[in-house]
Amino acid sequence: MAKITMREAISQALMEEMDRDPAVFIMGEEVGVWGGTYAVTKGFYDKYGAMRVKDTPIAENAIIGGAIGAAMVGQRPIAELMTINFGFSAMDYIVNQAPKLHYMFGGQFTLPLVIRAVGGGGRQLGATHSQTPDAIFAHFPGLKVVSPGTPEDAKGLLKSAIRSNDPILFIEHATMYQVRGEVPEGEYTIPIGKSKIQRTGKDVTIVTYCKGLELSMKAAEELSKEGIEVEVVDLRTLRPLDMEPVLESFKKTNRAVVVEEGWKSYGVGSEIVSRIYEEAFDYVDAPIIRVAQKEVPLPYNRALEQAALPQVADITAAVKEVLK
Amino acid sequence: MKKEQYLNLYYQMVLIRRLEERGAELYQVGKIGGFMHLYIGQEAVSTGLIAAREPRDRVITAYRDHGVALNCGISANEVMAELLGKATGMSKGKGGSMHMADTSRNMWGGHAIVGGHLPIASGFAIGDQYAGNDNITICMFGDGATNIGYFHEALNISKIWNLRVLWVCENNQYGMGTAVDRASAVTEIRQKAEGYGMKNGQVDGMDVTKVYEAAMEAMKFVRESSQPYLLEIDTYRFRGHSMGDPERYRKAEEVKKWQENDPIGIFNRYLLEKKLATRKALDEIEARVEEEVAKAVEFAEASPEPAMEELFTDIYAD
Repeated sequence: MAKITMREAISQALMEEMDRDPAVFIMGEEVGVWGGTYAVTKGFYDKYGAMRVKDTPIAENAIIGGAIGAAMVGQRPIAELMTINFGFSAMDYIVNQAPKLHYMFGGQFTLPLVIRAVGGGGRQLGATHSQTPDAIFAHFPGLKVVSPGTPEDAKGLLKSAIRSNDPILFIEHATMYQVRGEVPEGEYTIPIGKSKIQRTGKDVTIVTYCKGLELSMKAAEELSKEGIEVEVVDLRTLRPLDMEPVLESFKKTNRAVVVEEGWKSYGVGSEIVSRIYEEAFDYVDAPIIRVAQKEVPLPYNRALEQAALPQVADITAAVKEVLK
Repeated sequence: MKKEQYLNLYYQMVLIRRLEERGAELYQVGKIGGFMHLYIGQEAVSTGLIAAREPRDRVITAYRDHGVALNCGISANEVMAELLGKATGMSKGKGGSMHMADTSRNMWGGHAIVGGHLPIASGFAIGDQYAGNDNITICMFGDGATNIGYFHEALNISKIWNLRVLWVCENNQYGMGTAVDRASAVTEIRQKAEGYGMKNGQVDGMDVTKVYEAAMEAMKFVRESSQPYLLEIDTYRFRGHSMGDPERYRKAEEVKKWQENDPIGIFNRYLLEKKLATRKALDEIEARVEEEVAKAVEFAEASPEPAMEELFTDIYAD
């Protein structure tokens, strides 16, 4: 096992898949000559050339719409959204075209398409550049939404996404590119649509993903020092949602906290809590608590921004609350 | 064109007209649901255009797509079955009037978000360029689609990346009920291509032979130069925007004036004057079409509804 950063893991996945399959190419803003605004595709332009690493105009409809078209005719494009917030400019393609085209034409079109998008707050970018709108995208049948929380998962899931024949939104977190983690040597993939227990424990189940995983693992460490053992279930894929590990864990602990970076209202946590109540009501020993972003547009000021985002302390407090 | 080709174009135009007239009746009695947009009056446009393509060239259009589907070689049976939402439609009854496609005939839909299919058309050409072939993507859209952002992003990228796209604007004078001069900064749509340094042209869309010639020339340019081209085809729809259109936005005299230029009538006279067909041959075509449409309605009505399992099939490919 090698310890590498999230950035390296994603970069390796892209490069390995481009080497493996000539139909794979990348298109997006500043992915080529610049090397990617988060340096994920640094060196790609020199290695693969302009045809496989396409610098696009700042035109999200041309990027995502174009990638959809290229996928429909048999290529395997990876379209990059510099931030998921720019995805709103191409919302029609992400939620109204890509998820429908296979079904609406009776299975005639397939869309082997990956949309990589950088999301999340915490970088003082102001309200329009800092959102975690994952739940919006996960609302639509026909789209798959993946959002990894470790380098190992990022690499394995991205490779699976590139090989998949479905449109996949792959959400990365802007503050996690330097996160380091063990990654298996050599070739591996991780199946899409499988949640994973990232830490075992007996007292409380934390259900989370992406940035929430990083925070929850820290919270778990702190709680462990106080004798509280939490089990952390990482969703990894928001649609299709794999509830099995969540329910299995909950049936053991009977208490849960759901952690997400997005807003609480109509969020991922709302979905998870409903599903637990619907499918494991008899096992509920305490009301489930959601930890999420405060219901405000994210402010620029560092202290205000951090106050709006979920913190480790919010998670430890919530775990203690459900144990009362 | 050979004599048989002329007759075949005539057959296609009459087929579109008769099939849609029957479709309108079936809509009125509730056998066809949803939105239905008739192509009646515009038959010469897609008939002339698609006759000029090679089979390897891709066609993509908007929601006024029945005629385009027929021109691409999709059978009247399948079109009618899809209109009736039957399992035997090419989209298994899941797409309906606005979503007709058959990839085996290089007909890529039937897309109903105005302008939304233009960047997808660019994407087809990106894929073909990446594959290294010289296929053309023929992308049809209405005048109304040229005022939305998609149009501009798609044209721009097709020019900077040297994509083989033939952009075809069917200017039927109205975007729903809003006349071109009330919605577009320029009424001559082809001028919009100038802003992208894109070659462009304009042709009378009521005359199928003129459309065919203009399309041949434009496709030759696109294929040989690997450059996009915008062709504006001026036409007129004789019916409302869709079946539920009260038509308060235009006068009956205006419609009547255009109807005097019926593309089928113009072509009928042309064929007779040029002695490319006899009256008898044209009558035979019309009789053949009547029979074909009647059989298509029979086929569609007798076809099964989609099975309930279809509700959950084809959501994902994997």
